[in-house]
Amino acid sequence: MRTTLLAAADPTLADFGHDPLWISIIKAVVIFIVLMLGVLFGVWFERKLISRMQNRYGPNRAGKFGLLQSVADGLKMGLKEDLMPRTVDKVIYFIAPVVLAVPAFLAFSVVPMGPKVSMFGVETPLQLTDLPVAVLLVLAMASVGVYGIVLAGWGSRSPYAMLGGLRASAQVVSYEIAMGLSFVGVFLYAGTLSTSEIVGAQAGGNEIFGVPMPSWYMITLFPSFVIYVITMLGETNRVPFDLPEGEGELVGGFQTEYSNSLKFAVIMLAEYVNVFVVSAMSITLFMGGWRAPWPISLWDGANSGWWPLLWFFAKMVLVFAFFIWCRASLPRVRYDQLMALGWKILIPVNLAWILLIATAKAFRLTGTDRTLVYALGIVVLVGCALIWWRFDSVMQRRKEEREAQVQAEFEELGAEPAAGGFPVPPLDLPHYHGVARKEVSSGSN
Amino acid sequence: MSLGYLGSYAAVLALFVVGVAIVAGALFANRMLRPTRPTPDKLATYECGVDPVGEGWAQSQVRYYVFTYLYVIFAVDAVFLFPWATVFAAPGFGMTTLVEMFVFLGFIALGILYGWRKRVLTWA
Repeated sequence: MRTTLLAAADPTLADFGHDPLWISIIKAVVIFIVLMLGVLFGVWFERKLISRMQNRYGPNRAGKFGLLQSVADGLKMGLKEDLMPRTVDKVIYFIAPVVLAVPAFLAFSVVPMGPKVSMFGVETPLQLTDLPVAVLLVLAMASVGVYGIVLAGWGSRSPYAMLGGLRASAQVVSYEIAMGLSFVGVFLYAGTLSTSEIVGAQAGGNEIFGVPMPSWYMITLFPSFVIYVITMLGETNRVPFDLPEGEGELVGGFQTEYSNSLKFAVIMLAEYVNVFVVSAMSITLFMGGWRAPWPISLWDGANSGWWPLLWFFAKMVLVFAFFIWCRASLPRVRYDQLMALGWKILIPVNLAWILLIATAKAFRLTGTDRTLVYALGIVVLVGCALIWWRFDSVMQRRKEEREAQVQAEFEELGAEPAAGGFPVPPLDLPHYHGVARKEVSSGSN
Repeated sequence: MSLGYLGSYAAVLALFVVGVAIVAGALFANRMLRPTRPTPDKLATYECGVDPVGEGWAQSQVRYYVFTYLYVIFAVDAVFLFPWATVFAAPGFGMTTLVEMFVFLGFIALGILYGWRKRVLTWA
């Protein structure tokens, strides 16, 4: 039933590792330059779009439409005096931004951006490299980035920076687990961890009664996709999960002591490159990668040559615009809500979902014992219901106990206000006669 | 360039070298170009804007430490899931593999339930 639309130009794992060194270097440098420019104009795009959403103009002085604003900011940061506070741990303080930035760039090396093309006479895929464990590389690089956050907070020797660093790392590692689990569904369907082959696996959908079914995993694995979208906001510390920089609580978080210099610019750069990496991963794993979306894909030439770069870029812009949309419309969540969402909802739901699709897949495989699948499914369902019922009743009992306790305390304090241990003024002072009567007349109005 | 299995990793190494070179170059150029006129006030830790008091490192909750443990357990769990997911549909695996994963995830779920019960997963 599976219609193979895989053309000869579609790269597979076997196509990688044969590039001449100079082609690899050209690709690496181009990726770097594109990401740098992406950050510069991404910042501009974000500021401009969020301004429009908030009914204002945004940057409009430097260059046409303020396009050069980020370039000017970057130049300014490069030429500013660099302050290294006296108490900081100099080596760690210096290394931390580099540890943040370099893995962010590295993760982009496995992002597929197009099919095989002819580059200076060499047939090569539009992707720096691919590995049998490509997606794992991205997760590994995200984990290395956490070191940068912790070290930046630790090396700064400032309480706010330190707390911000710990908080940021706790958040990132919590969401990274849910993120890794949301990939498992994709691996189950694609049967590989290689990014180019995952894109290939999303090429052609099944046909049911002649109607082509959608082949992007964002539709067939919708719950995984929703969890991934939430975790990608949490993983990159973006609104509504931007607690590490919660201005009202932690000043600037782990980057407080990085005054507005090039080191700060490198931290910001890493942050935006991380956003690009998770966007690219969402496109690669869930949105068909560089392949053209439906109406365009009817055109035969859409998925060959250099055209896919355009589709990939358009998808990147859309996903990035989604980040900005979230920033414009969502308030920041509380820290306990953030962690509870990650650990108590995303991870258990994810595990259950993985087991569900694995079971469904086992069910579809021919030659498997279906009664066993049914039995397992019933056991799991009953187990979930039991656990839920147990938790629900325990929660309800605790809630009632708490309410009763609060009520008892309230009654006790009502009779004798100082009984709670705090020196409070008596609530029934003789001179207070309630709001109805004014103690001091307030003039003629 | 054909290095066999490790050939694909050579490109990652190339990007790493380019990355370190560009970041180091930028920081070096910055060092050459920027002015340096430090004063005691500039070199004080910023913290929250008022003069810093006491030692720089604050005490923090032990809970973060517990989290890193939980993270290690679950990250390893996820890493075990990845190869399972890739071979799951291959011939010769199927039901036995599925049941094994049910058992494995059952143990892991027991871990998170234990943490939950021990109030590790509460934030006040």
